[in-house]
Amino acid sequence: MTFLDVIQIFDSTIRLATPLLLACLAGLFSERSGVFDIGLEGKMLVSAFFSAAVAAVTGSVWIGLAAGIAASMAFSLIHGIASITFRGDQLISGVAINFLAAGMTVLIAQDWFQQGSRTPALTGAARFSPIDLPGVEALSGVPLLGPLYAQALSGHTILVYVGLLMVPATWYILFRTRFGLRLRAVGENPGAVDTAGISVARLRFSAVLICGFLCGLAGSYLATGLAAGFTQDMTAGRGFIALAALIFAKWRPWYALGSCLLFGFLQAVSNRYSTLDLGIVEIPNAFVLALPYILTVVILAGFVGRAVPPRAGGEPYVKER
Amino acid sequence: MQKLPRWADIVLIPAINLVLALLVSGVVVTFIGQDPLDALAIMVNGAVGSTYGWGYTLYYATNFVFTGLAVAVAFHAKLFNIGGEGQAQLGSLGVALVCLALPWPHWALALPVAVAGGALFGAAWAAVPAYLQAKRGSHIVITTIMFNFIASALLVYLLVDTLKAPGMAPETARFPEGARLPTARDLLALVGVPFSRTPLNVSFLVALLSCWLVWLMLWRTRLGYEIRAFGQSEPAARYAGISPVRITMIAMLISGALAGLMAVNAVMGEQERLIQDNVLGAGFVGIAVALMGRSHPVGVLLAAILFGALYQGGAELEFETSVPREMVVVIQALVILFTGALDGMIRSPLERAFLRYNRKPVAHAAAE
Repeated sequence: MTFLDVIQIFDSTIRLATPLLLACLAGLFSERSGVFDIGLEGKMLVSAFFSAAVAAVTGSVWIGLAAGIAASMAFSLIHGIASITFRGDQLISGVAINFLAAGMTVLIAQDWFQQGSRTPALTGAARFSPIDLPGVEALSGVPLLGPLYAQALSGHTILVYVGLLMVPATWYILFRTRFGLRLRAVGENPGAVDTAGISVARLRFSAVLICGFLCGLAGSYLATGLAAGFTQDMTAGRGFIALAALIFAKWRPWYALGSCLLFGFLQAVSNRYSTLDLGIVEIPNAFVLALPYILTVVILAGFVGRAVPPRAGGEPYVKER
Repeated sequence: MQKLPRWADIVLIPAINLVLALLVSGVVVTFIGQDPLDALAIMVNGAVGSTYGWGYTLYYATNFVFTGLAVAVAFHAKLFNIGGEGQAQLGSLGVALVCLALPWPHWALALPVAVAGGALFGAAWAAVPAYLQAKRGSHIVITTIMFNFIASALLVYLLVDTLKAPGMAPETARFPEGARLPTARDLLALVGVPFSRTPLNVSFLVALLSCWLVWLMLWRTRLGYEIRAFGQSEPAARYAGISPVRITMIAMLISGALAGLMAVNAVMGEQERLIQDNVLGAGFVGIAVALMGRSHPVGVLLAAILFGALYQGGAELEFETSVPREMVVVIQALVILFTGALDGMIRSPLERAFLRYNRKPVAHAAAE
């Protein structure tokens, strides 16, 4: 394994971790407010489709991004209405949202483009283009660090950096603002929040909508940054890996960055090597791909570093009469 | 207090939900430029208009009965088993190993062993999440989702490595001739009834038997009573001396075994070899089927046939029009949404309506 390999794996780790990170932070907002969301996958998928489709039609990736976010937030609203307003089962609602996205995207793609459930390939302004970070030139002379900075950290699309910046932003919103305090409180003890005269439903709706917004970014990045267009089921379980990363991160923003980078790294490695030869043992590709899920089960089992979910998670709030 | 009469709970509400789901689907079909009534006619005709349609409808329904019962049994213990997909994949491995292990002389010998193999592997795959839920409090929904992905990775690994038959495709060798299940065409030919060539096979009878056995277990045995009591109220069940660990384990093992049985129909009955995507989402359809069927075996059977008809009708729709078969996935999503998540939207107004309607005669009686 050469230094170039390392740089390339590092580079693709960041690219593959970005959609996971955005979706993971999306889930963080929703679940911290007490609304479980297993529909991250569906929201990403619907956003991936609409951002690619609208970008293909209008030729502008920014309009595409807006459309993707709008579609994802519309799905969030369905989840909110089902699980907050009508106090339905949040998990079942999430399952429904995943199927709705899987079916609708293919249906509409076929109707709009007739290209077998995909959008036309995006080119030029319909895709996000890589941007160079400042200081690439200045650091280019430095050995090791220079190429690492220039090729792995710099030269990604804007959504990658937005994703990375969302980590401190999420931390700040959740732990340093009044809104964040209330949002966390409503996920632990909604009764207390209600007693303080704050609307539980409004707080949860705003959390769910933020979740939709971030899933929209994640999906849009998939279709216009990572790939050049929408293909059927292109999220390929990323929404569930993000969910796994969220549990692995114990519902905390900085840990989420770590777990998403780890899971992104695993994807990058399995994309690059069909079997991983560690000298003593050969690790099959399938095992590397399954590792995020296995790690999550281990964490959930609580044998190492127990993950405790928000206490009121999954339960609709019923005002006492 | 019973807020709704029984018939409203088990017939009216599912019917309203289904109509709502179909109405929204109709809007979607209109939106993509097709006449919804035409589409419905094509689907109904394709699903039940011929013995060919019926054969496929009931073949799909057989899969959905197994996965639907799996979800339903877990629901009775208030557990949401979303891992039917993975359990069915492991079941397919169990069935395939049984079929490939011996040069079976006759299907009647192979079938019971394959049933045992599928059930055992499916149950084993449910055992770990069940244990973690019972003993460690790990959320069963998340663990079963994770196990779905682990199952598919495991199958991918086995099919490109250990179990792969010579050739390009990642699949096992074909099962021996003696492990081939008789189809409905073969069986009906014995009594002189002509039937189209479809994958509908003797597993359908296994599915019917399973429905009856699940009903018997849930409502006629002590175990079933304990499962239902536990699902209704864990503290009450605990107070009555019912062990939560034991019930969680048993309910999930039965659930996993039922999901695993699906492979008898799909793998042994149709594909006759183990391939990678052998479940094709049937594990998730089970959720819709159990919700629609109100977790009762009879309801599950009827809902499974309905979904079987939808799947077969959807295939015909794709064949005859430009509407892709994913239309069925949309309908399925809407059924899950309306019957599962938005249940309160229909139920509360209906309860209020029934309460108002029922109060009047009582007031009259009191006045007289």
